[in-house]
Amino acid sequence: MANKTILTGWGRTSPSVAELLRPGAEAELTPLVLAPGERGVIARGLGRSYGDPAQNAGGLVLDMTGLAAIGPVRDGYVTVEAGVSLHRLMRELVPEGWFPPVTPATRQVTVGGAVAADIHGRNHHADGSFGSHVTALDLLGADGVTRTLTPADPDFWVTVGGMGLTGVITKATIRLTPIETSRMIVNTWKCHDLESVMIRLTQADLAHRYTTAWVDCLSRQGRGVVEGADHARQGAARSFRARGFEASPGFLPVGLLNRHTMGLVNRGVYATTKRESVQVRPLASFFHPLDRVGHWNRLYGPRGLVQYQFVVPMGAEQTLVKIVERIRRSHAASFQTSLKRFGPGSGGWLSFPTPGWSLALDFPTTTKGLAWLLDRLDELVAEAGGRVYLAKDSRLRPELLPVMYPGLAAFRERRRELDPRLVFQSDLARRLSL
Amino acid sequence: MKNAFGEPQSLLIVGGASDIAMATAMRLVRRRVRRVILAGRPSPARDAAAVRLAEAGATVETADFDAFRVEEHAKVLGDVFAEGDVDVALVACGLLGDADLDPLKAADVAMVNYVGAMTAAIVCAGAMRRQTHGALVVFSSVSAGRPSPSDFLYASAKSGLDAFARGLTEALRGSGVHVMVVRPGFVRSRLTRGVTPPAIATSPETVAGAILDGLRAKSEIVWVPGILGQLTRLPVSIVRRITG
Repeated sequence: MANKTILTGWGRTSPSVAELLRPGAEAELTPLVLAPGERGVIARGLGRSYGDPAQNAGGLVLDMTGLAAIGPVRDGYVTVEAGVSLHRLMRELVPEGWFPPVTPATRQVTVGGAVAADIHGRNHHADGSFGSHVTALDLLGADGVTRTLTPADPDFWVTVGGMGLTGVITKATIRLTPIETSRMIVNTWKCHDLESVMIRLTQADLAHRYTTAWVDCLSRQGRGVVEGADHARQGAARSFRARGFEASPGFLPVGLLNRHTMGLVNRGVYATTKRESVQVRPLASFFHPLDRVGHWNRLYGPRGLVQYQFVVPMGAEQTLVKIVERIRRSHAASFQTSLKRFGPGSGGWLSFPTPGWSLALDFPTTTKGLAWLLDRLDELVAEAGGRVYLAKDSRLRPELLPVMYPGLAAFRERRRELDPRLVFQSDLARRLSL
Repeated sequence: MKNAFGEPQSLLIVGGASDIAMATAMRLVRRRVRRVILAGRPSPARDAAAVRLAEAGATVETADFDAFRVEEHAKVLGDVFAEGDVDVALVACGLLGDADLDPLKAADVAMVNYVGAMTAAIVCAGAMRRQTHGALVVFSSVSAGRPSPSDFLYASAKSGLDAFARGLTEALRGSGVHVMVVRPGFVRSRLTRGVTPPAIATSPETVAGAILDGLRAKSEIVWVPGILGQLTRLPVSIVRRITG
């Protein structure tokens, strides 16, 4: 292989070797897709999926960041190439008064990845996931032909959330959110137990466009902090200044993130949060907590971290409470735990968000008993009619996937019709038999 | 594909279902292994193994593999890999010889334990190299380095396989493929029924546990029990008394 590269997801687990190519133009993609070799090909963005969807052991991986053209904004819509990051989109468009319709907790994701994982953000209850704001996308299929898909085409919804397995997304047209300033008005509430977190979050969803909650899974009560925010309408000018990405220091001892240190940090965060407050904050400070420290994933040491995000339907609150309690009793320490209520799903066949409660956690891979614990949590989630997020998964039992995703059988069938030779392949697809 | 915890999901057993291979398979199936391929001669034992593994929750496939028919190995095992990635392959072809020096029986012992196992391992190694991941577990024996009057035919064949596997370990370094040589001492199993066990004997369960530990730790050589690795430094006459 020419450029043999070891690739991992953001969690840095399950490394695999692939040939990594970075095409600079769309025309370069077609021959690669038509003759990718026996192990197939997959597109990769900025590698922010935690598990293995942008890896392809023994095959070809296309680094899409070379396709990064941004078209002009017309009536609130913009057409961009798939390798454009949300970071660049914000830098270019915020001064003009436009904001991406959906942003996750990091700006370092590409538009192609955002469509393929049908990502969600703090406004899911109000605005839905990324795919709901895409009005057209260009998909390079296994036959080497690029098709423009719109939401009226079923294959659009196979591709939204389809983890790159229907083809290479090369372009997308996105509906932008108009903003008047680049500031957020952020309301914060401190809640002493999980129940009050859930009640406050539900109330905040009615009043605010962007909401999220942090839950201290190490505390006995499951206390937390709820944030509800909206774009500020007047005052500051529009600018987008995000601080550079300081790399996390490389010399931190492995194991620094443990139950005891995290317990201290959590206690500090809770203690220093006012009972109730309103602040004006810059966009990045509110939306992108994960971008404050570059390469923060390295803090977890060479074995990396396992992210676990699930959603259980509204009405399954008892399952959520049970899971938080199980995590607390297991002494597994999650450094960043966030709770969110999802609104209606987008319609993507393998799209993650469905109406309900979603909890995201991350654990050091070396946590004792973690593999076993997460297997048990999967069972609770599946039993409650919930699911885990493929962009974060790295360890789900394959047989639970069809239980969690009723659209899986249809997805598998359509994928094989679109791509009979299974040219589009990833470690995720192999691991979960997608 | 292995998951984030390094747990394999597919397993190929070459050489039928010995007690050690089955004990290993059952443990792996209890964790994440879902696809098991039993490559061996059609037999009631193979069928029974398939039933046991299926009952434990695995999807079991069989492939007609005969250690003697080396010319078929590339096709039979190649087909297995063409169906999907194999995360772990156990090369477990084994045949104990007896003490009488019958040249044809000796050739059989060499064919099964050495030649057939080696050609199978070569096919698996090539396929794993292409998939750039996988663990190839080669069953050697402690006797490979310590032939005794009762088992030196077997020991000589295992010795050849052991040398081959160690060379393969080096040849595949950096390819993503993990080669592991397992050197059990005397194992109380169907194969050794009727033979008086020596002072240090082990069980298929213990060997299976050591294999799982070795897979996790990416060990290259696994002695079972581990103490045997130290004992080999002692004079042959003493070791023979302890290990048989």
